[in-house]
Amino acid sequence: INHIVHNGGLYKRPFNEAFEETPMLVAVLTYVGYGVLTLFGYLRDFMRQWKIEKCQNATEREEQKDFVPLYQDFENFYNRNLYMRIRDSWNRPICSVPGAKVDMMERVSHDYNWTFTYTGRVIKDIINMGSYNYLGFAQKAGTCQEAAAKVLSQYGAGVCSTRQEMGNLDKHEELEKLVARFLGVESAMAYGMGFATNSMNIPALVGKGCLILSDELNHASLVLGARLSGATIRIFKHNNMQSLEKLLKDAIVHGQPRTRRPWKKILILVEGIYSMEGSIVRLPEVIALKKKYKSYLYLDEAHSIGALGPSGRGVVDYFGLSPEDVDVMMGTFTKSFGAAGGYIGGKKELIDYLRTYSHSAVYATSLSPPVVEQIITSMKCIMGEDGTTVGKARVQQLAENTRYFRRRLKEMGFIIYGNEDSPVVPLMLYMPAKIGAFGREMLKRNIGVVVVGFPATPIIESRARFCLSAAHTKEMLDTVSVSSCLPFAHAFYKQIQLLPSFGRLIQCLVHKLVEP
Amino acid sequence: MDVRSLKNYLYWLFCQFELITCSYLMEPWEKLLFYTFNITVLVTALYAAYSFVPGHISTAFQLFLHLFGNQRESAVSVVK
Repeated sequence: INHIVHNGGLYKRPFNEAFEETPMLVAVLTYVGYGVLTLFGYLRDFMRQWKIEKCQNATEREEQKDFVPLYQDFENFYNRNLYMRIRDSWNRPICSVPGAKVDMMERVSHDYNWTFTYTGRVIKDIINMGSYNYLGFAQKAGTCQEAAAKVLSQYGAGVCSTRQEMGNLDKHEELEKLVARFLGVESAMAYGMGFATNSMNIPALVGKGCLILSDELNHASLVLGARLSGATIRIFKHNNMQSLEKLLKDAIVHGQPRTRRPWKKILILVEGIYSMEGSIVRLPEVIALKKKYKSYLYLDEAHSIGALGPSGRGVVDYFGLSPEDVDVMMGTFTKSFGAAGGYIGGKKELIDYLRTYSHSAVYATSLSPPVVEQIITSMKCIMGEDGTTVGKARVQQLAENTRYFRRRLKEMGFIIYGNEDSPVVPLMLYMPAKIGAFGREMLKRNIGVVVVGFPATPIIESRARFCLSAAHTKEMLDTVSVSSCLPFAHAFYKQIQLLPSFGRLIQCLVHKLVEP
Repeated sequence: MDVRSLKNYLYWLFCQFELITCSYLMEPWEKLLFYTFNITVLVTALYAAYSFVPGHISTAFQLFLHLFGNQRESAVSVVK
């Protein structure tokens, strides 16, 4: 949907987002594939139960067989019959810094992925399309690494305390002032783990009697935090502003379900970039709705901080909005800054409240000093305060890589989800055998990709997810896009859509047959 | 040259078949079972087509002739 840019419009630049419909033929064939695998799954389960085949998965003990069965639900069936067949594409052990190229330990399986053994060989220089290394700060040499090494020799690695007890170092204070300046907010607070930032701070902000409106495809940390808080949760369709407005209207008009009292707080949970879809939140519309209905906005910029925007300050910068409109700006240092941890930024009263009442501040260990120094150095680099233009060059390189790579893949005929400007590129695979085949064949060609299947995505919409980096060169992107056009060409998908009649399809195949 | 691209194309088609029906993921004995079943069904269908379809077509043809033949005769008799 392209929004027309005009004076007084909400969007200052075109917003191109597309989630192409699954072609009917592809959906049918995917179900055929799953049907065949299910039948074979039943056969194998039968053989395992009647001891024709050795049972290698987890089962109950003999004494427990008369109790409620533990492993009969669909998830366990999927796990032992479908996931096990393609398991070698996940949990691959790497043994170097996850930059643009990575080294991986080779492993083989002699019993069809039930056990793995290491051959001892290390596969070197695999093009890394799976790490969240958006600005290329995952390096083992450079200014960030030297600063972190110096701080390591000064402070050591461990903090041995929580923020509220003895773990509040001057480095943490420096980091928080820097983060607040970077985001353009009054104050910020940093935590040791990005997942814990979401799951431990949402319960501190909302409680019973509040309403949470959360996007359909929110991350597990947001869902966990929302559930732990005890507030009422209502889901709106992914990035759909009409659905959100309807929910807000109903909430204001009807109030709490039984007593009809007004809600204490309405909190809208959205993410900057959704990592499975590659879509960017419609932030101008969300902010307009938030102001109209007097609710609060919690923006999780885990993937978008550093990766979007002309100066790398995230999705707020990308749309040209003011950071004061977003009440709670949350983000992580894991992705673009090459470190670990999360932060929350906002008004001073909010952050002072969180310093006292957040579970993470009271119970979780604070950030380790070398990690803090890595964040400080990389953030200063992005802002340009270290005196060079390296940060700006990286942000621009990432934007160029994104546009180039997405254009190349679309030209080749793949179905790519998401926004034109998001560095997360999901390439649709759909069929279960193609998930395993894509992962393995790309590894044979020295490219490491992350393929995603059932529990993380809907069952027929499995995909391969590329995470672009400022450290990738054009040659690397060319290699990857050419290798994606494997012998089992996925470009067939686009052709099905463009050819309305079956006759044209046959003509196309015959043409392929006779061409030299 | 043409034979080579034909062979490549057939290999590509076979790969697509393997991926779509997930026989790429199966162990060898499962593949044997699956292909045996498929080929048996295919051969049975082809044999049924070979032996019964001409009979059905000739019966249908006779039926049509009977219907239209009757009509033509009656039309001719009216004109007469």
